[in-house]
Amino acid sequence: MDNSKQLTMGLTLGPLLYFWPKQDVYNFYAQMAETEVETIYLGETVCSKRRQLKTADWISLAQELKSCGKQVVLSGLALLEAESEMKSLRRICSNGEFMVEANDIAAVQMLSEQELPFVTGPSVNIYNLQVLKQLYKSGMRRWVMPVELGADTLQELLQQAEEDGGLPELETEVFAYGCLPLAYAARCFTARYRNVPKDNCEFCCIEYPDGLVMRSQEGKELFTMNGIQTLSAEHYNLEHQLNRMQEIGVNKVRLSPQREGMSEVIERFASRLKGEEPSTISLVNQDHCNGYWFAEPGIRWMETNA
Amino acid sequence: MELVCPAGSFPALKAAVDNGADTVYFGFRDATNARHFAGLNFDRRKAEKGIDYARSRGVKVLCAINTFPQPQGWKVWQQAVDMAADLQVNALIGADMGVLGYAAEQHPDLNLHLSVQGSATNYEALNYYKQQFNIKRAVLPRVLSLAQVEHLAKHSPVELEVFAFGSLCIMVEGRCYLSSYLTDESPNTCGACSPAKAVRWEETSRGLESRLNDVLIDRYADGEKAGYPTLCKGRFDVEGNVYHAMEEPTSLNTLDLIPQLESIGISAVKIEGRQRSPAYVAEVVKIWRQALDLAKAQQQSPENFQVKPEWNQGLTDLSEGSTTTIGAYHRSWQ
Repeated sequence: MDNSKQLTMGLTLGPLLYFWPKQDVYNFYAQMAETEVETIYLGETVCSKRRQLKTADWISLAQELKSCGKQVVLSGLALLEAESEMKSLRRICSNGEFMVEANDIAAVQMLSEQELPFVTGPSVNIYNLQVLKQLYKSGMRRWVMPVELGADTLQELLQQAEEDGGLPELETEVFAYGCLPLAYAARCFTARYRNVPKDNCEFCCIEYPDGLVMRSQEGKELFTMNGIQTLSAEHYNLEHQLNRMQEIGVNKVRLSPQREGMSEVIERFASRLKGEEPSTISLVNQDHCNGYWFAEPGIRWMETNA
Repeated sequence: MELVCPAGSFPALKAAVDNGADTVYFGFRDATNARHFAGLNFDRRKAEKGIDYARSRGVKVLCAINTFPQPQGWKVWQQAVDMAADLQVNALIGADMGVLGYAAEQHPDLNLHLSVQGSATNYEALNYYKQQFNIKRAVLPRVLSLAQVEHLAKHSPVELEVFAFGSLCIMVEGRCYLSSYLTDESPNTCGACSPAKAVRWEETSRGLESRLNDVLIDRYADGEKAGYPTLCKGRFDVEGNVYHAMEEPTSLNTLDLIPQLESIGISAVKIEGRQRSPAYVAEVVKIWRQALDLAKAQQQSPENFQVKPEWNQGLTDLSEGSTTTIGAYHRSWQ
């Protein structure tokens, strides 16, 4: 594949999916401020009990990152069950300064009522043009493709969108690096592992800053337990697919936060976008998957000649 | 409360109707519904026959078109909606906003219900679906506690239907890709969770093994009851502990909650299981009919409602792993 041409897609840093101590969060974002990501998504999307940073703290952090030249989007919770969760979501949706990533239709409703433009995250089900148009009408201006979809589907969808002509300001973002968010539940799997009830979970997720890996009885790594969220165990990695992404019409490339080696991930993607071979930048995680992009089981790694 | 029962085939529909269903739900014979299994579901001729059978006995019929079409399949979903409208079903159960929008626009007289696959767990999401598509009812994901269901019922702009009995999805429906992560088919894309084509059973010296696309999901000792290898019910290894890391094979059973569900204003209770046999459907529907009738007779004094031991026994015998739970309705399960 010819990697010599420069690509114009921007890198984004997705919301932090794990639960880290407050200072670790601040240190991480201080580091991220120095990287080549153009946009940073901030906020708690997984569990409302994770309150090392409160909504106000996330908003101040957003302001700091903005002053460092980053575009900031505030991300809302994906699974909303309690009134208290709706209240914090309302607060986020009416922050008055930053664009919001809706990870549930509740946020779509709140934002569209205020006639605000918004982003939809990967847990909002957009599988066809009709849904794109529906949500565009409600104010969506950027969407993150559901992770289980692949390149061919996206290409067809964006071709249809172009022919339709009714979505001129729409931007498309693809989840391109990190453990894939695969499911949400009422039950907390981390608390279950610790044999404590969810209502008295002792915030034990904080002890697993990379989540807990679930293996088959034969030792194959399958999933990562992250509270009520289930992620893939393998890291999804589309670094060899950036040319295809750009051809299809993708605007943003999402990298998902991890504790170790995040700057290297960003550098590697940034150099690929510039058409360089990042052979000297190595990744902490060497086991990767990319199956979804090729309409294969997500866990698979398809060898490409990049 | 209305008793909504599964019809995966004409004999199952008949079993549901004959044993006291108020309403049956079915899907077409393709990926447009979330129980897309070989040999199940209805073509047009069968659907007409089933609808006639149900209607002539005063039973309502709902049609599930509750998967998420991709660009290449859009026409198939469109035709399914048109057919449901043409068959004059009492309501269409949809999940995808494109499908709901198309139905609302093309068939304004067709009632719309939001499928559990639509993942609406709060009233703001329901407000959106109500305002945009004029849905009449929503089926709630099996993730809310009873107190949360009650709160939602107070603020909901539409009727609510909850799951009463059957297989227990522990993930929020419509947002679970575990199946496609291992097999390339998910409930959202294909209406399949752990598709049969990817399942393999093997007797080995270590015991009976179930595999999904070659990945070991569980291994059973002699005499242990084996369950279908849905990923959330497998036995996995977490830091050296091998256990049902997500959930044991078990079924949801909410007989005990009938008076509470009634009093908080739930409109309908749903029996899961379009993939089940007519005999299973007959038995479950019969028990639920009796229980709902008894609860109705005791409406003035709901505290007197008592689940008969033979009902629970009957349902337990039909359950996955021969155990039942009230699942997320009780906080301690979560």
